[in-house]
Amino acid sequence: MRKCRLVFEKTGRAKYISHLDLMHTMERIFVRAGVDIVHTQGFNPHPYMVFALPLSVCTESVCELVDVQIEDDESFDEIPERLNEKSPEGIKFKKAYEPLTKFKDIAYIDAEGRFEYDGRVSENLLDKLSNFFKKDEIVIKKKTKKGIKDTDIKPGITDIIFEKADDNTVLVKARVTAQNPTTNPDLIATALRELEPDVAPDFSEFMRMAMVFEDGKKFS
Amino acid sequence: MDARLKRILPKVQKPARYVGGEYNQTIKDLSHVDTRIAFCFPDTYEIGMSNLGMRILCGVFNNMDGVWCERVFSPWGDMEDEMRKAGIPLYALESGDPVKDFDIVAFSIGYEMAYTTILNMLDLAGIPLRAADRGEEDPLVIAGGTCCYNAEPIADFFDLFILGEGEEVDPEVVELYRRCRAEGISKKDFLIKAAGIGGVYVPSLYDVEYNDDGTVKSYTPKCGAPERITKRIIKDFNNSYFPDKIIVPSTEIVHDRVVLELFRGCIRGCRFCQAGYVYRPVRPRDSGILIDQGIKLLQDSGYEEITLSSLSTSDYKQLPALCDGILDWCENKKTSLSLPSLRADNFSMSIMERVQKVRKSGLTFAPEAGSQRLRDAINKNVTEEDLLNSCRIAFEGGWNSVKLYFMLGLPTETDEDVVAIAELARKVLWVWKNHSPNKSRGVKITVSTSCFIPKPLSPFQWAGQVSMEEYKRRVKLLRESLKSKAIVYNWHDPETSVIEAVLARGDRKMSKAIETVWRNGGKLDSWSEYFSFQRWMDAFHECGTDVEFFTTRQRGKEEVFPWDISDVGVRKDFLWNEYVKSGQSQLSPDCRVRCTGCGANCLLDGGVCDA
Repeated sequence: MRKCRLVFEKTGRAKYISHLDLMHTMERIFVRAGVDIVHTQGFNPHPYMVFALPLSVCTESVCELVDVQIEDDESFDEIPERLNEKSPEGIKFKKAYEPLTKFKDIAYIDAEGRFEYDGRVSENLLDKLSNFFKKDEIVIKKKTKKGIKDTDIKPGITDIIFEKADDNTVLVKARVTAQNPTTNPDLIATALRELEPDVAPDFSEFMRMAMVFEDGKKFS
Repeated sequence: MDARLKRILPKVQKPARYVGGEYNQTIKDLSHVDTRIAFCFPDTYEIGMSNLGMRILCGVFNNMDGVWCERVFSPWGDMEDEMRKAGIPLYALESGDPVKDFDIVAFSIGYEMAYTTILNMLDLAGIPLRAADRGEEDPLVIAGGTCCYNAEPIADFFDLFILGEGEEVDPEVVELYRRCRAEGISKKDFLIKAAGIGGVYVPSLYDVEYNDDGTVKSYTPKCGAPERITKRIIKDFNNSYFPDKIIVPSTEIVHDRVVLELFRGCIRGCRFCQAGYVYRPVRPRDSGILIDQGIKLLQDSGYEEITLSSLSTSDYKQLPALCDGILDWCENKKTSLSLPSLRADNFSMSIMERVQKVRKSGLTFAPEAGSQRLRDAINKNVTEEDLLNSCRIAFEGGWNSVKLYFMLGLPTETDEDVVAIAELARKVLWVWKNHSPNKSRGVKITVSTSCFIPKPLSPFQWAGQVSMEEYKRRVKLLRESLKSKAIVYNWHDPETSVIEAVLARGDRKMSKAIETVWRNGGKLDSWSEYFSFQRWMDAFHECGTDVEFFTTRQRGKEEVFPWDISDVGVRKDFLWNEYVKSGQSQLSPDCRVRCTGCGANCLLDGGVCDA
């Protein structure tokens, strides 16, 4: 058996599949494609599948990573195509290879968002948005297991820029910390809704574009 | 995807159930589609996607050239609220297109408590509820499923009903619809023609008259509609359609596995069971075909569990061969075969032992009644000896939890019969004490009771339901008789049973009350989160529906029932005879011991059923 890292997309209607459901869905994709993967031993064997960073529901991604273990005679080149033939709409495997890095070394996530303003986009708005994220701290209420807690999300947002797409839409490009702490890019919109409601979007959605090392190189 | 939909989905629970896109969904090119069918299941995605009938019939429709059948389920309340706020009408999962724009809206109705959900879905789709209020531009609204054998309470909401199994008749109706539309024939004239198709019931073509006491006097057909509608069946069950590809949901559903259908009909003749009569005659599918279907579906779906479905799986003659065939294939794979609850007899136990090698989870038996006398009266051919013997084998095999299901309020039930349930449970406990190899783990015996609901087209269609107070008294009596800590007693609330009983034997006048319940907020009534007994009782009161007339009233032999227009093959005089025998606690043999001449065999060419 050998390790196999898969890069896959989760876009379109598939973005509504929760992480738990995604694990079941993946398991079935492998069975359908006839790609045997190692299962845990024990009373209730389940496939050995390690996801780099769980993706929250309603968020798209073009850079998801999952590690599995495959038979030695499987060819990395063929696996993505075989899996794609058996995948539901919106889940697309792009690459399979032997992993040489560890998920714990993923430092940042590059995410792109669409902020919809229903006709309220102006230069003024872009300035207000940029200025808001230049503040030293951005403290929002965050639900934790122990109740609602004040959290400063500013350290989690490494870079952020706003661009006008059209009269209704602002594009957001952000680099957020991937681990310790994990920063969900949705918090960017949450912070606006809580602290600067005037410039908060009427609707926001994000897509993960890339996972990044500490030194800024793309993780693979 | 609709931009408004995109905005509301992040706000609702489990959005994956509202978007489609699953593996094996059917997408067709609209330029090659002339007829669009919205197959509506009046419950949530998780329930509806677990329904085998829906999977079969969607496949049948999609096999037709030029026809595209899509799935529609009821949203949960949070999603419905968001949809209404955003002005999003009910839509089909595959295309996301509004149901209102479809040609045919087809409901599958298997449970009376779904009636308000049907109305809610029609309203959410923007389709007028009543057939009489719909015009030529509105979709044709049709229904099938077991509830249609007494379609009267919901007759005013539908253009037509299909009685029986849909594999053959459904395409006949669709083809007629296409021909009539091409020729510019009106909906009314289409319906007159449709009434000529065997199994099709067009309620608007019947005038109903009532007697002064509220019972039915007569049904008079118009425009050449038949006197009675004979249900359709698949005569050659071996060669009938079964999907070779199934949609695999991307989110968990209730029955998340491959299902094989072993046979239709039932040989048993339990007198309380509607299904045991309306699905006759018995028609099995060959085990070789089933094994092939099972393997194909497992390979294609990626499911790692397969199960068997029928009204009484123990009665499938080729069960050992079928289990062997599936288990052989499962060998060295992670795939498992799980069995539904089986009859409490030796044969079943040996099968169970073979199949469930690993997990010794709970066993379920349904003796239905506590005493032998009452089991005889309901024709449940299970003896105490059978049951205790099965429990002994199970306990010896390492099982340590048994569930026992009973009904309270069965016709002829006395206090002695109720107390006998407690005695039976104690005997099961005694068997465990004497035969369990490992008593340190303890045992859990669960006794559950529900309130009996007399159903149309079963021998108990003449019987009165016990009142709620009486059911509660019997529950109390049983609870006081069950004292052991090892025995847990659960009883179902009788409130739903009363409403279900009214609807099951309801007549055409009832549509007003059902609509009133919906207007007052009723929907998803099979869910305790939504069911309100008071809302139903208020509506019945407001609409002048006498609840006891439908529930506790004992019917006379000569009474004309609203469902007498449905011919399911089994004759009314046969059912009456069975009812009389139940009063004398007299058994009827199962169909394999001796044919009791119910009449259902006449639905087959040559008239011989495979019992």
